[in-house]
Parts: sequence; C-alpha cells; structure tokens
Amino acid sequence: MSVSKGLVDDVLFEFLHAELVSYVLNSSKDGKKGDVTSLEYIGFSSGYRIIERLTKEWPRFKDELETMKFICTDFWSSIYKKQIDNLRTNHQGVYVLHENSFRFLRKISSGRQYLEAAPKFVAFTCGLIRGALANLGLDCTVTAEIQQMPACKFHIQVQKN
Amino acid sequence: MSRQGTRLDPKKVNSELFTLTYGALVSQLMKDYENVEEVNKQLERMGYNIGIRLIEDFLARTSSGRCYDFRDTAEKIQLGFRTFLGITPTISNWNPSGDEFSLIIDNNPLTEFVELPDHCLNLKYSNILTGVIRGACEMVQMEVSSWFVQDQLKGDNVTELRVKFVKRLEDAIPAGED
Repeated sequence: MSVSKGLVDDVLFEFLHAELVSYVLNSSKDGKKGDVTSLEYIGFSSGYRIIERLTKEWPRFKDELETMKFICTDFWSSIYKKQIDNLRTNHQGVYVLHENSFRFLRKISSGRQYLEAAPKFVAFTCGLIRGALANLGLDCTVTAEIQQMPACKFHIQVQKN
Repeated sequence: MSRQGTRLDPKKVNSELFTLTYGALVSQLMKDYENVEEVNKQLERMGYNIGIRLIEDFLARTSSGRCYDFRDTAEKIQLGFRTFLGITPTISNWNPSGDEFSLIIDNNPLTEFVELPDHCLNLKYSNILTGVIRGACEMVQMEVSSWFVQDQLKGDNVTELRVKFVKRLEDAIPAGED
C-alpha cells in the first residue's frame, strides 16, 4: 500500500449509499416512486468492476459453489464488515445467503414500522452481487427477502443456458 | 493451490468500491439529466447532505476545538480530507484579505479510475466535494462557498479547489440555548 494514495474511509461509503437511495427514489421521473431499478443497476456496475480488481490475483474458482463461498466470505466481509452467516443451496443453482445483521439495515429501527422501507436499502446490494457474479461468469437473478430487520436473506438463482 | 496468499485488504476494497460506486452514480446522473450543469448541481446537493452529517463524525474523531480565524478553518478542512479521503491537500493561494484559499489536491481518490469523454468537458466530476465542504461548515455556523478552479481530469496540472468565506451564521442556534 503506497502512502501517497488516499484510502477512503468506510463511513463515506455509507453516506454515499444513503444519498444514492434518496436520489434514486426521489428522482423517478415518470411518477414511479419507489422504483429501485436504477439503484440495482448502479450496484451492478460497481460489483462488475470491483470483482475484477479483487480477483485478478486469485486462481480460478473451481465451481459455482466455490465462487459463492468467495462472495460470502472474503468479498462480503471486506464490504459489509462480517461474513454471511449461513449459505444454503439446493445444488441446482439456487443459493440463499442468510445475513443476520446487514450493514445498511443495522441503523434502522427494527420494528415493523419501517419494514416497507427496507427494500430500498438492499437493492444496491442485490445489484452488487449480481454484477460480481456476472463478471465471474455466472448469470443470476438476485432478490432479497426481509422479515425482521436487520436480518436479510439474499436469494440467488443461477441461470442455466 | 493455496487461496491464502492473496487476502483482500478490506480498507482498499471499501475505498475502491466507493470510487466505483461514485462513478456509477455520476454516469447515472449523466443519463438522467440532459444538462451537465444540472448534474454538477445535483452532485453538490448530495455532497451538502453528506457534509451536514459528516461534520459530526469529524468532530467526534478529531476532537477539534473552535477555529479562531479562517486559516484555522483551512487546516481543519485539510484535516477532514486526511481523515476521510486519506489525502492531504496543500493549502495555498491565500487572497490578501485572508478569506479565500485554495486546496491543491493530488491523487484525488474519486477520480482514480476516471477519464472524461470529450462531450463531458463541463462536468465537474468531483463536485460532491464542494457540497461536502459547504454542508460541513454550515453546521458549525459558517457559510462558505467553494468551486473547482482547475481539474486534472481536464488536463490541468493540478486539481485546485477554491474555498471562500462568506459569513458567520449567527442565527443558527435554536431559540432558548446559549
């Protein structure tokens, strides 16, 4: 790590994410409030690019499961300060990532009151995972399920073609 | 085959992800707005929102006291850059009355992976920084304005951010508090 190169503090990423959420939701022009598509897309582009930088020194992952493990451990803990708590799969292309305390939900009151606001805070991350996996050669759809904040489940469905 | 050899450095990953996410945001804004000026304005506004929150973090971490003149303030802003962006801009080009200075920024992490295409020459890519400074200063009762004078992205030798003191905000204290 060279001294001259600036390293951005973590907290800025959190603030930037909050601004992204608020911008995307307030700017939906055609009256579609709550449309998180472009939020997901911003996540996708970031994920697609970052994973390429992170994995360039790594040996090729030997299979799908190993790729997922990388996402759940090294990748996840670098960004979200902890590993995914549990990874489940049906071995047919469906993976469920259990996250018990998601970084972007941790600071929101955990009651049911704000539950309907929760999807905006996971859309970026859904995109991030989809982008990262896309660059590693896996076409997926990623959705999130939140029942009790700050826990969150990410469902990854790998598209077979 | 060992996987242990190249552990990821979380600080670096976060930093790069921030840079890339910011880039994705700017390109989204370029898509959303026809007018580059609007994009600059929106970036400034987002920076402002970040700045008014970031100042809390800054005060908590650095336990900074009051500024007695604008030169003090300049140093605090410089410290802010060091704390949050990991860079130390040079303070220079004071005007004679001492209410305006420049920050010369080298190695701007925001622009690490960026090249501006020709049709974006009016884009102030890092304009979020001007908003952050304005928002943060406003929360400590100081109105400043800031703008980019030179930008390495546009082929200038350095990136120069000008900061100007406008006025003290006297009325910002809520009623009933001393």
